[in-house]
Amino acid sequence: MEVKGKVWRYGDNIDTDVIIPARYLNSFDPAELASHCMVDIDETFAQKVQPGDLMVGGKNFGCGSSREHAPIAIKASGVPVVIAASFARIFYRNGINIGLPLLEIGDAVEKINAGDVLQVDTTAGIIKNLTTGDTFKAHPLPGFVQDIARAGGLIHYIKEKGSL
Amino acid sequence: MGMNMTEKILARHAGIPSVEPGQLITCKLDMVLANDITAPPAIKEFEKVGRPVFDRTKIALVPDHFTPNKDMKTAALTKSVRDFAKQQRIVNYFEVGHDAGIEHVILPEKGLVGPGMLTIGADSHTCTYGAVNGFATGVGTTDLAVGMATGEAWFKVPAAIKVELTGRKPKNINGKDVILTLIGMIGVDGALYQSLEFAGDGVAELSMADRFTIANMAIEAGGKNGIFPFDAQTKAYVEGRVQAPYEPVAPDADAQYARTVTIDLAALTPVVAFPHLPGNTKRVADIGRIDIQQVVIGSCTNGRLEDLAIAAAILKGHKVHPDVRCIVIPGSQQVYLEALAAGYLKTFVEAGAAVSTPTCGPCMGGHMGILTAGERCVSTTNRNFRGRMGHVDSEVYLAGPHVAAASAILGRIAVPEEVE
Repeated sequence: MEVKGKVWRYGDNIDTDVIIPARYLNSFDPAELASHCMVDIDETFAQKVQPGDLMVGGKNFGCGSSREHAPIAIKASGVPVVIAASFARIFYRNGINIGLPLLEIGDAVEKINAGDVLQVDTTAGIIKNLTTGDTFKAHPLPGFVQDIARAGGLIHYIKEKGSL
Repeated sequence: MGMNMTEKILARHAGIPSVEPGQLITCKLDMVLANDITAPPAIKEFEKVGRPVFDRTKIALVPDHFTPNKDMKTAALTKSVRDFAKQQRIVNYFEVGHDAGIEHVILPEKGLVGPGMLTIGADSHTCTYGAVNGFATGVGTTDLAVGMATGEAWFKVPAAIKVELTGRKPKNINGKDVILTLIGMIGVDGALYQSLEFAGDGVAELSMADRFTIANMAIEAGGKNGIFPFDAQTKAYVEGRVQAPYEPVAPDADAQYARTVTIDLAALTPVVAFPHLPGNTKRVADIGRIDIQQVVIGSCTNGRLEDLAIAAAILKGHKVHPDVRCIVIPGSQQVYLEALAAGYLKTFVEAGAAVSTPTCGPCMGGHMGILTAGERCVSTTNRNFRGRMGHVDSEVYLAGPHVAAASAILGRIAVPEEVE
């Protein structure tokens, strides 16, 4: 999948409590979760995010609680891919399992700033920063995990294949 | 090439002789867990798969986060879990009250998790069960849904960090000091995608309660799991509780580790993790005066009888500081009853603490002690992220029950030795 969008840039250790605070976990409706996404660190995000905008974080993105509500909130905000230096492992699984592409690029993330426009090939893991001219290559997903991503998430994969 | 404890459990459950780090495998599950926040969306996903649960005795559903339900929306979520449990005839549904409590306290307590077993839970602190020599890790709702339907999950075999514990543990140190010190050393992503394998003579110094506290917070270092070896204490704990057959694991002499981290228990002093990361660990002796307005003693991290015993011994004969609300939350009905029989609850109430029914409650800002702007809380819970216990401008300081109790009396972060 090829996407192009403007960057919302966040720092290291963005935890799932700030992506979607527990006080909003009395619902798992994607649109409602999206309306509170990132509110505890960025009140403007949920109001101003445009479909196709991209989210970029630092190290250990998505750490903390296992709540799948967090990647669901981001996906329902219209964000087609999240790029980070590294992802916390449960968030990473959850992203793959719900069909939200996550690209891990290490320290190269330092060369992406808020408002930059990126062109991203989520399958090949190629990220072009159209604002600065830089190009990055994400760490590839292992084969079997690529199959889950290609199926559009784990439930689709299980329905197609019948088992893991 | 030898295997460590995590690798042995994963290989056994994948039905293959050996595994190595980075390998992708599919494992059979011994227990699958969800709570009142994660089960409702998992049930929706489960229904899309379109088959019954793989084994109604190997699923545990524990409404503990927003319970006893704090409002109508959460009551509806819990009802959906209750209805699902009835419909699928789930054996291990734990209704509020009864013989229930906080998920990670009651699953070991009821013997539903044991040595060598493999558990996934739609809760990040599922890693707690490494204390009883099992492999246990947190997952999201989709993994949980597929686990309930198929009895399987996919894993990438993690590399392991060996945490070598040495020395004699001083009397005023407990499991929270050990794990907060470790996270302070390696950082909140120090064990990212890796397992933490505890080893060394120091393990014998740690009670089962200490081990539950330590394994519980493996996730706060980014770890996939944390696991303790099986010894006489583990044996004494699981015997008579775990009904399913179990087979403990020990690391091979030539087991592989990505690195070794050594902690000398004898050198530890009471510590506290400052806002807003569990790795912001400082020695209480070094921090100066920090006034507080609330103390929480409880949670899946420190809500066991031993934790309440430590707090009660310090609070006995003292009063909670007039500017402090001290909230004590036993981790299960069984802990509650035992704390009642031992006189701990009387001690807490006489000291001026509020004693609650078991619940996750304030830990993740649910209910039972939410903070407003500018308030500070010393908490025996596991996370101090921004806004975790309420307002984004409130602060949570993580500590063990000893520091929490002393702080409740003095109205500032303190160690028990400061209480006269």
